Amino acid sequence: MRIFSDAHFSFIEKRKSAYFLSGALLLAAIGAMVTNVALIGSWQDYGVDFTGGSLIQVRFEGSMTAGELRDALGGSTAPAITRFGAENEFTIRAPVLEDASVDEVRQQLEDEIGVAFGSGSFEVVRADLVGAKVGDELQRLAALAIILSFFLTLIYIAFRFELRFGIAAIIATVHDIMLTLGFLALFRVEIALPTVAALLTIVGYSLNDTIVVFDRVRENLDRKGGRKEDQELLVNRSINETLPRTVLTSGTTLAVLLALFILGGAVIRDFTMVLILGVIIGTYSSIFVASPALLEIQKRWGTGDDKEKEKARRRRKSASVPV
Amino acid sequence: MITIFIIVAVSIGYLYSNNRSNGRPIKLGLDLQGGMHLVLEVDDPDGTFTDSARADHIDRAERILRTRIDQFGVQEPLIQKVGSDRILIELPGIQDEARAKELIQATAFLEFKLVLPGTELEPSLARMDRAVVSALGEDSILAMGRIAEAPSETQDLEAILFGGADSAAAGDSAQAPDSVRAPEEEAAALPDSASEPPPGAQLRPFTALLNQGDGLGIYFVAEADVEMARQFLALPEVQVAIPRDLTLQWGADPVGIGAQTWRRLYILEYPAFLTGDYLESAVANRDPQYNQPLVHFQLNRQGGRRFADFTGQHVNDFLAIVLDGEVMSAPVIRDRIGASGQIELSNSPMEEARDLALVLRAGALNAPLAIMEERTVGPSLGQDSIDAGIMAGIVGLVLVVGIMLGYYRMAGLLALAALSIYVILVMGGLAAIDATLTVPGIAGLILSVGMAVDANVLIFERIREELLAGRATRTAVDEGFGNALSAIVDANLTTLITALILLQVGTGPVKGFAVTLSIGIVASFFSAIFVTRTLFLLYLHGKKTADPISI
Repeated sequence: MRIFSDAHFSFIEKRKSAYFLSGALLLAAIGAMVTNVALIGSWQDYGVDFTGGSLIQVRFEGSMTAGELRDALGGSTAPAITRFGAENEFTIRAPVLEDASVDEVRQQLEDEIGVAFGSGSFEVVRADLVGAKVGDELQRLAALAIILSFFLTLIYIAFRFELRFGIAAIIATVHDIMLTLGFLALFRVEIALPTVAALLTIVGYSLNDTIVVFDRVRENLDRKGGRKEDQELLVNRSINETLPRTVLTSGTTLAVLLALFILGGAVIRDFTMVLILGVIIGTYSSIFVASPALLEIQKRWGTGDDKEKEKARRRRKSASVPV
Repeated sequence: MITIFIIVAVSIGYLYSNNRSNGRPIKLGLDLQGGMHLVLEVDDPDGTFTDSARADHIDRAERILRTRIDQFGVQEPLIQKVGSDRILIELPGIQDEARAKELIQATAFLEFKLVLPGTELEPSLARMDRAVVSALGEDSILAMGRIAEAPSETQDLEAILFGGADSAAAGDSAQAPDSVRAPEEEAAALPDSASEPPPGAQLRPFTALLNQGDGLGIYFVAEADVEMARQFLALPEVQVAIPRDLTLQWGADPVGIGAQTWRRLYILEYPAFLTGDYLESAVANRDPQYNQPLVHFQLNRQGGRRFADFTGQHVNDFLAIVLDGEVMSAPVIRDRIGASGQIELSNSPMEEARDLALVLRAGALNAPLAIMEERTVGPSLGQDSIDAGIMAGIVGLVLVVGIMLGYYRMAGLLALAALSIYVILVMGGLAAIDATLTVPGIAGLILSVGMAVDANVLIFERIREELLAGRATRTAVDEGFGNALSAIVDANLTTLITALILLQVGTGPVKGFAVTLSIGIVASFFSAIFVTRTLFLLYLHGKKTADPISI
């Protein structure tokens, strides 16, 4: 059995539609984030890991509704309450107060719930209390990590491939991150530290996918006559040649992620959801964003400077010499 | 082949030895097994410490907390300095979080101070009152109520202390303890400054809160007024007005007399003549007479000598035992005391005495610590995540096995064999560097498993292509491995770059992700290139070059 063993899809020809789709999705993503800025005051629904504050997760003995809990914690002035997984489990997220130590907020919430429903009726199964200062640092470090990894990846790809491959790969990765962030903003998924880990996984996966396609492009370019061939056809052929692998790998990864999403429990559900989304977007972008971007760069600025052409010529020469 | 055997054997060896020493082959993070995670910093909201002073405090705090936590008896605690000014503490599986937090945050600063007679403070009381007035403004003080007007010269001590204009307070004082004695010195030393009040000193906000206490140098403050008095005392203007060589400190426990509850405010000599630094040991005990818990302490030789000298000179004076700024007790010195003493903890559970003895033994922190970050996961939630994770992991694995076997047949089986070796390598790697597996860490594993599968897929697809192109089996396999190599190397290396950056920059959960990802990539690379290849060569061994293979 072999899927897509002799595929001849004209991906590159359809790249205009892909530009349109990506453009529309990017606009929607930015729109969602801007709307969030207007409505909740930040690009994303940052969790306590970033804003500072306290999040406690309580499990009640008996049944409980979010409404009852909200009323007990002050009705309209109550902190954000979300049901978490099971029927009787909730997370309560409160901002950190000026001058109050992080654990005072938790104590206060526990007291209030205890007064309303009896102190033995619930159990605090998790508490995350983060000072505002810590949150700021995390945000800064996460951004720094992503930018730094872009930069080094660019250098590595420029070294192993050519500069334009690196730029195209980064464009595709930025595209993937933006779309994922847009999705998170649209559905107001709380951004916690594991979400950052998920975003970074997407960066890794997207790059992996793109590099496999680019590796094939590089190989075809280095074949005899590869440079003289119509580049659109060459890139399209490379995508088709790697298609069985792309489908199989993405399919396997998605299967595992779906298993984790459905069975893995509430703690990692948000996290796996981001990953699933990232795998889909990453697969799409390696075909419809990274490769077209490579072609566009090539069209506009050529295949590189003279030095690189020289390098390519030498490579061609050595390839044609029988070993 | 031999290399593979050796590496697998070493991995299993690590897993086995960790299993023996920790009861578990791989340490689980707090998010998976439950426990408490704390990040502490020197409590310094006004920024009074220099960076180097803060670093010194943290160094000392790290040592002391290690001792305290070791004695508290937590399995595999983590106590680690983060940067130069933070301490990270992880206590897996802790049950009593509140108690653990108290134990960690207790400054445990023990001091011995002489109680001074009221005459030492009285000349300054008027100045303190004035300082309160000038700091807060007359209006806001009047708004607080319960404030005495300046007494006329003819008024006696009672009037000043009990607040002449506040009849309610005076009435209360009538029921004050019968042990109240007005020492002659206090009466004799009526503040001279009161006779010539400067303008604006009509109010006596602080003095009005003070009532005669049950001993020399002790005031009673009604429990309801304590908060106000604390605020007054905390004002920098008031601090300046207090004579340099004395300090006012509160008693640790409220005193109930009749219907009224009081808090003692002691006038103490400053600085302390002896601190907990000279402590040699501390043991929790029970007072044989009243059955109250107490902590018996022993001073070292140098401290004992000082203690004996001092108490010898101050027979019949009162000695305050101050813990973290609160007076635990102030017994009278009946005789020269040697190298030991005790701290009484009235109405406290025995457990508290045991904790106090523990923190005293471990030593005092130079500065209090503030909690910057706290994460607790109850053991039940941890267990739920583990169960769900294992279930999902098994199903995911079955899916991968199904896809690989269904699609690649015999070659799929080889890939699965290589993947099992990969799993052993990753686990062994994690055990070898003593890493902790967290939820983000599992994410890193998933990504690297995905890449390991991907590497095999790349190779097999390449071999198929070569076979389709009409190559002989053996050649196709060689070419397939050769051609897939560059894609595998580049893909793995770029991901490794990202992982290593995260390892450098990331903290906590992000780091956990980076660690498993880095190990996973190295293992996946090894398993795909060496293990799969070796297995393939074994499979091809004995076949003729033209024989078909199952791929």
